[in-house]
Amino acid sequence: MRIDIRKTYKLYIGGAFPRSESGRTYEVTDAKSNFIANPAQASRKDLRDAVTAARSAFGGWSGATAFNRSQILYRIAEMMEARSEEFVEEIALLEGVTRVAAKKQVDQAIDTWVWYSGWCDKISTVSGSTNPISGPFYNFTIPESVGVVGVFPAQKSSLLGLVQAIAPVIAGGNTAVVVASQKFPLCAVTLSEALATSDLPGGVVNILTGITSELAPWMGAHMDVDAIDATGLSKELDKEVRVSGADNLKRIHKFSTSDTPQRMLAFMEYKTVWHPIGI
Amino acid sequence: MTFEYSPAPESTSIVDISAQYGLFINGKFVAAKGSKTFNTINPATEKILSKIAYAQASDVDKAVIAARSAYTKVWSKMAPQERGKYLFRIARIMQERAREFAVLETMDNGKPIRETRDIDIPLAAAHFFYHAGWADKLKYAGAGDNPRPYGVVGQIIPWNFPLLMLAWKVAPALATGNTVVLKPAETTPLTALLFAEVCQQAGLPAGVVNIVTGDGATGSALVNHPDIDKIAFTGSTGVGKGIARAIAGTGKSATLELGGKGANIVFDDSPIDQTVEGIVSGIFFNQGHVCCAGSRLLVQENVHDELIEKLKRRISQIRVGDPLDKNTDLGAINSAAQLARIKEISSSGDAEGAHRWSPECSFPEKGFWYPPTIFTGVTQANRIAQEEIFGPVLSVLTFRTPQEAIDKANNTPYGLSAGVWTEKGSRILWAAKQLKAGVIWANTFNKFDPASPFGGYKESGWGREGGRHGLAAYLKGGEK
Repeated sequence: MRIDIRKTYKLYIGGAFPRSESGRTYEVTDAKSNFIANPAQASRKDLRDAVTAARSAFGGWSGATAFNRSQILYRIAEMMEARSEEFVEEIALLEGVTRVAAKKQVDQAIDTWVWYSGWCDKISTVSGSTNPISGPFYNFTIPESVGVVGVFPAQKSSLLGLVQAIAPVIAGGNTAVVVASQKFPLCAVTLSEALATSDLPGGVVNILTGITSELAPWMGAHMDVDAIDATGLSKELDKEVRVSGADNLKRIHKFSTSDTPQRMLAFMEYKTVWHPIGI
Repeated sequence: MTFEYSPAPESTSIVDISAQYGLFINGKFVAAKGSKTFNTINPATEKILSKIAYAQASDVDKAVIAARSAYTKVWSKMAPQERGKYLFRIARIMQERAREFAVLETMDNGKPIRETRDIDIPLAAAHFFYHAGWADKLKYAGAGDNPRPYGVVGQIIPWNFPLLMLAWKVAPALATGNTVVLKPAETTPLTALLFAEVCQQAGLPAGVVNIVTGDGATGSALVNHPDIDKIAFTGSTGVGKGIARAIAGTGKSATLELGGKGANIVFDDSPIDQTVEGIVSGIFFNQGHVCCAGSRLLVQENVHDELIEKLKRRISQIRVGDPLDKNTDLGAINSAAQLARIKEISSSGDAEGAHRWSPECSFPEKGFWYPPTIFTGVTQANRIAQEEIFGPVLSVLTFRTPQEAIDKANNTPYGLSAGVWTEKGSRILWAAKQLKAGVIWANTFNKFDPASPFGGYKESGWGREGGRHGLAAYLKGGEK
């Protein structure tokens, strides 16, 4: 009998897969409380490293053409499709749902990447404007990426909630520091392995596993984080993050639906340009 | 100074051209009803590349029936995102087979491999990729709150950008849920037929794309077919007007991308070296076989002599010859007929008193060639200032005031493109506002992108292609 090789679930920071600098892990179990894995329990230092990586990657990613970003997001869908089976297994195991239900979640997650791939080079067309001001000026407004976004995806979904949170953030040209669902973190790690082979520059998406209540306050207080998707935070943590986030007026949003460009626009700034017209 | 270049020919081993091709109807290559065929040749060598089936009215009818059936039974019922996935697949396969497409296009069309490889084919794939993403976002396209496809679209494309024009037509039509019958140009059918293979590889449902090869009569059969809901045509203004008349009263809708006589306006403060590059790409890109070419150069009088001298020096560096050579700038003229037309209009320039200049060029023995040519001392009344030459021939006129530049630029029945060269931003925007043209290039020329709408004012056509505005052409919004 062959003994199978188990995977070490690590963090994803700046395109690399380190363990937590703290050396800590925490136990993840299946729906029946059986041991499944010891993913890394990220520390404050890991979070700060991830923010640094996200900030370094921001210039290149936000400066890439929208078409280039759309191709890379589509590539992520391609890479996920190939790992479909692994995701299905992890979801079925941790969430205790049927394989059919797990497969549906995976398919929806992949299609979410395809949907946002298409948005990259259309969001300005749909939400930008030229403004007919009263005077000899050309005046236009375009959406631009806001910067580094801290992402707390829905806690109850292994993969779909995760992708629904990350995809709109990076489609708009932002970079992300993601804190995976505490209870269902395995798909997040497997996703990071797909991201690493998707032509996505290192640091655009950074994924931490660990204890949400430990990491959220550091994210809220970090002065180089520009915005937060607080969808997966409890009411108490949401408030705490909004209070500390006020120090640099972080844009903090919570979402109940996914398939809307508003989810992208929440993490974009509008820029208006004036230019005179005349001989 | 002359530069010597060793030959750097692109290998043709990547392409596999069949001795003959049938029509692509309902997902399969089928024989035409009649036995008539026509040859497609390499305009750089005059060698026959393949024998192509000729579609007559009954073949067109078969293709329309296939397209209607695919529309009713499959394509209109498919979830938009799934429809989009087919377009993503097509885009990916075109990217994978890009080099094969580039070589084939260069052989069939005569344009330089540098252009097919770096422009035509990547842009064509990008058009599919871009429109794939629209398929499930039509409610955001600004085409009303209930955007619906027309049904079966008849599409007729020209020979100057064979695959790219196919992409401009097919990608938005499919993304919006229409099915198509496409007729490629008589002299350049090969990349469209290779595209048919791509549709097969992508598993596109049969009948969604049908390709009928032939000539003007084939196109006419398509335009006049009673079960076509919409026509999309790129070609000459004369034929475009004929289509407008033919569909009058039938309820068919049409998009027309027609001719142009683009003005390229150079103000005296323009960065002169950059401007010279822009003028060259404006008129010599694709041998000047470009509807939006900057074929009328309007130069502010005080910089005319300096600019023309620099322009001549730059044109002398243009390498004319084997289109498959990676160093070639100017390839072969697409056909003997087009060469004759360029010669005829150009000779009217001589007759009407303009001054012709071309650098010394040596041409290959076989094939159709025309040197890069400029005419100075052109007046607005000259034929070479009024008519579209569709070749590497530039007419130079002068102006003194900005208003005079605008008046001259707009003095044409066309309105497709215009260029403005100046360091002053406010003047660019002022000129852009005055110019009656659908595309204005400022300090650049001949730029194309799937996200950017393209199309003309006045007799340059109806509607736009590309961007959100191009989608509207394939969606019934408010119109009955």
